[in-house]
Amino acid sequence: MSLPIYATFGQRVWYYSFRVICALIFIFLITPILVVIPLSFNAENFFTFTPKMLSFDPEGYSLKHYKDFFNNNEWQRSFKNSLIIAPIATIISVTLGTLAAIGLSQSHVPFRRGIMAILISPMIVPLIISATGMFFFYSKIGNFMESSMGLDKALVGYIKVILAHAVLGIPFVIITVTATLVGFDRSLTRAAANMGASPVTTFFRVQMPLILPGVISGGLFAFITSFDEVVVVLFVGSASQKTLPWQMFIGLREQVSPTILAVATILVGVSILLLTTVELLRRRSERLRGMSPS
Amino acid sequence: MSDTAIHAPVLAADGTPLKRSLGRALRVQKMRALALIAPLLIFVLISFILPIGDMLFRSVENQIVEDTMPYTVEELKNWDGASDELPPEPVFRDMYFDLFLATEMKRHTRLGSRFNYESSGMSSLFRQAGRKLTDAGKAAQEALEEVDPVWGERETYFTLFNAPEGTAVDTDLIDTQKKRIRSLADEAPKGEMDFAPSEQASALLPFSARVYTSFAVITGMIKNKAVEKTKPMESLYLAMIQDVTRPGFSDDLKAYDGPFKDDLARLATGGLTAPDYTAIFESVDRAWGNVETWRVIQTHSGAYTSGYFLNAIDMQKTPEGAKMQPQNKRVLIQLFIRTIIMSLTIMGACILLGYPVAWLLSNVPTRTANLLLMLVLLPFWTSLLVRTSAWKVMLQQQGVINDVLVWIGLVANNNRLVLINNEIGTITAMTHILLPFMILPMYSVMQTINPSYLRAAKSLGATNWTAFWRVYFPQSVPGIGAGSILVFILSIGYYITPEIVGGTKGVFISNRIAYHISSSLNWGLAAALGTILLVVVLALYWCYDKIVGIDNVKLG
Repeated sequence: MSLPIYATFGQRVWYYSFRVICALIFIFLITPILVVIPLSFNAENFFTFTPKMLSFDPEGYSLKHYKDFFNNNEWQRSFKNSLIIAPIATIISVTLGTLAAIGLSQSHVPFRRGIMAILISPMIVPLIISATGMFFFYSKIGNFMESSMGLDKALVGYIKVILAHAVLGIPFVIITVTATLVGFDRSLTRAAANMGASPVTTFFRVQMPLILPGVISGGLFAFITSFDEVVVVLFVGSASQKTLPWQMFIGLREQVSPTILAVATILVGVSILLLTTVELLRRRSERLRGMSPS
Repeated sequence: MSDTAIHAPVLAADGTPLKRSLGRALRVQKMRALALIAPLLIFVLISFILPIGDMLFRSVENQIVEDTMPYTVEELKNWDGASDELPPEPVFRDMYFDLFLATEMKRHTRLGSRFNYESSGMSSLFRQAGRKLTDAGKAAQEALEEVDPVWGERETYFTLFNAPEGTAVDTDLIDTQKKRIRSLADEAPKGEMDFAPSEQASALLPFSARVYTSFAVITGMIKNKAVEKTKPMESLYLAMIQDVTRPGFSDDLKAYDGPFKDDLARLATGGLTAPDYTAIFESVDRAWGNVETWRVIQTHSGAYTSGYFLNAIDMQKTPEGAKMQPQNKRVLIQLFIRTIIMSLTIMGACILLGYPVAWLLSNVPTRTANLLLMLVLLPFWTSLLVRTSAWKVMLQQQGVINDVLVWIGLVANNNRLVLINNEIGTITAMTHILLPFMILPMYSVMQTINPSYLRAAKSLGATNWTAFWRVYFPQSVPGIGAGSILVFILSIGYYITPEIVGGTKGVFISNRIAYHISSSLNWGLAAALGTILLVVVLALYWCYDKIVGIDNVKLG
C-alpha cells in the first residue's frame, strides 16, 4: 500500500511514522536473537560487549565458549540425551499421529469432536499442569517397571521422558497432517484401488507421497517440541536424562556461563534451518494441492 | 408398473438389499477409521489423560493419615474436637502403637510433613515422638523382666502367639496387618513366613497379638528374616502390660489353655500398672497435651479432604469449618490475581505491538509480506530458552539495554535501571515470546478483509480514522479475539521465563506449583493449584473453540 500523490502533509507524517513504529516492533522481535550471536564470541566471561568487541579488535573475539561446549562433559552429555530423546519421541508421535489423522479425515467418524479434543489437549493444557500430572503418574509407572519388569533405572527414565515428549508432540502432527489431508483428493485412492492396489500399497505409493510434506513438517514441530522442552523433563526425568534445555535452564538459574550463548547461537542456526525446511515444504504442499483437481 | 415393483427393495449387485449393503459399507468404513485412530487415542489416554486425572485425584486424596494410623483415626472419631478436653486415653494408646509401627517403617516423618502443611511445628513433633517412643517400651520390658526373666526372651513371644499345627489361626488379624504393612511399605509383603497368629492368644492378648503380628509381617515378609530369632519391637512389651492389666484378664485367662498360662497368671498378679499413654506423650513433648494438636489431626484424618483446595485459596480447614488463613499467610489469592493481571498486561502489550505489524503484513505486496513474515517466524521457531537467555543478557544491570541507555546518556552510569527479577522483566520477555502467537492469527484474519470496503467508506466521505475505526477494525476483531485468548492461555501457565527473569515479584502461579512439587513437597497443594489453573484454562479454551473453532488452529 503506497502513499497516493495527493496525500496531505498529515497523512504523509502518519504514513512514515507508522512505518517507523513497525520497524521498531520488528527490531524488538529480532534483536534479542541477533544480540546473542556476537556475544557468544566474547573473549571474556561477560554477558556484555567489551570495549575491545565494540572496536572490532580481533582479540576481543574468540571461540572459547564453543570449545567449552564441545569439551565440557555436562554439555555433551545433555546434548546427546537430547539427540536420543527427541528423535525417538518424534518417530512415535509421527507414526501414531499420521495414522490417526488419516482415520480422522474419513467422512463418517463417530465422536469426531470429542476425539479431536482429547488428541489436541496436550497442546492446550499448560505445560506446568501436564508436568505435575506426569510427575505423579509416571513415578508410579516407573516404580512398576523397575520392580515388576526388572528394567534398568536409567532405561526407565528414558522411557518415561520419551513417552511424555511423544504425547506433547502429537497435537502438532495431528494438526499439520489433518490440514494437508483436507486438500487430498480421495478419488486418487479410489483410482488406485480400482486398479487393483491393496490398501497398504495405496497408502505407501499414492497417499503417503502426497501428504509427505505435511507429515514432515508435523514431525519437525514434534521434534522441536521435544528438543526445546524443559518443564516436563525437569519433573519426569532424573539427572541421567538431563537434556540440553535442562542444562541451559540450570545454567541460567545458577552458574551463569557464556557457554549458554554459544549453545543459543547454535540453536538459532538450527531453528533457521528448520524454518527454511518447513517453509519449503509448505510451498511444495501448496503447489501439489494446486495441481490436484479438487 | 405394478405396486409390487414399487415396494420391492432395490438390490445391490450381489442380491442383498441396497440399503443393507450401504449400511454395511458405512459400518466397515467407520470401523476402519476407528481402528486407525485407536492406537493413538489409547496412547494419549494412558500417557496424558490418566496423569491429569491422577493430579485431580491427588488434590483431594488424603489417605496417608488413615493408612499410617488406622486405629487412632478410628478412635478419634469418638472425640468431640470442639470440646476443650484432651482426647480420651484410648486415642493416645492407639496413637502410641500406630506411631511406633510407622516409625519402624520410617513413615512417621511423612505423616509429620503432611500435618506440617496445616500447622507448622507438627513435623518436628512427629519426628521427635518417633525417636522417643522407644523409651516407654524399654521401661515396660524391664518391668516385665522383673516379674520373670522369661519375658525378656524373644522365643517366649513366638511360642505364645504362634498357632501350632492344627489349632485355630486368626486369619482376620493377619490379613488386616498385611494390608496395613502394604500401605506403609511401598512394596507388598511377599513370600511365606513361619508365623501364624493363634486365635486363642489374640483373643486373650488383643494388643500384643496385633503388635506381634505386624512385627512378624515386617520381619518375615518384608525383611525376609526368621521371625522366631528376631528381637520384637519395643512396643510389644508395653502392649503386654496393657493386655495383662486390662479388666477381666484373669477371668479370660481361666478359659485359656495355650502356652505360658501360669506365667501369664503371675504377670497379672505381678503388680504391673497399666501404662499411662497420655503421660508418655506429654513427656515426649508438651504439645501432645495441647488440644490444638489433636484438632489438627482430627480435622485432617479423612481419606479425602477439601483441605488442599481451601489452602489453595488462602483458607484453611478447621473443626469449625473453612476459615481464612491468618493475614501473614495469605499469598496464593494475591498470586492468582497477579498472574491474571500480568497475563492481561502481556496480552494487551501483544495486541498493541501485534496489530500494526499484522496490518502492515496484510497491506504490502505478498513478496515483501513473506520476507517480513520471516522476521516474525524466526523468533517463533527459536528455542524458548534461547530467547529467555537473550532477555537475561539484555535486561541485566550490566546488560545491553542499560549499556545503550548509559551510552546515549539517558541513564546515569551509577543509576542503572532495574529491569530484571521483577514484573518488568517478565512482561518484556513474555511479550516478546508470545508476540508471534498474536500476529499470526491477526494476519490470517486481516488477509481476508476486502480493501474495497475501506475505499468505499472513504469515497462516501469518511475520514481515514472513521474508515478505519468503523469499517476496518470491526472486521479485524475476530483476529484480535483469537490471538488474545491464545496469548492469555499460553501466558497464564508459563513457568520457565518467569522463573529466570521474574525474580520474586514477577513470578506466576505456575512457579508456586513447581515450588511445591520440588522444594516444599506439598504435592496435594500443588495438585490443587494445578487443578484450579486447569479449570481456568479449559474455560478459556472453550471460549476459544466457540469463537475460532478447534479445527482452525493453524501453525506457522
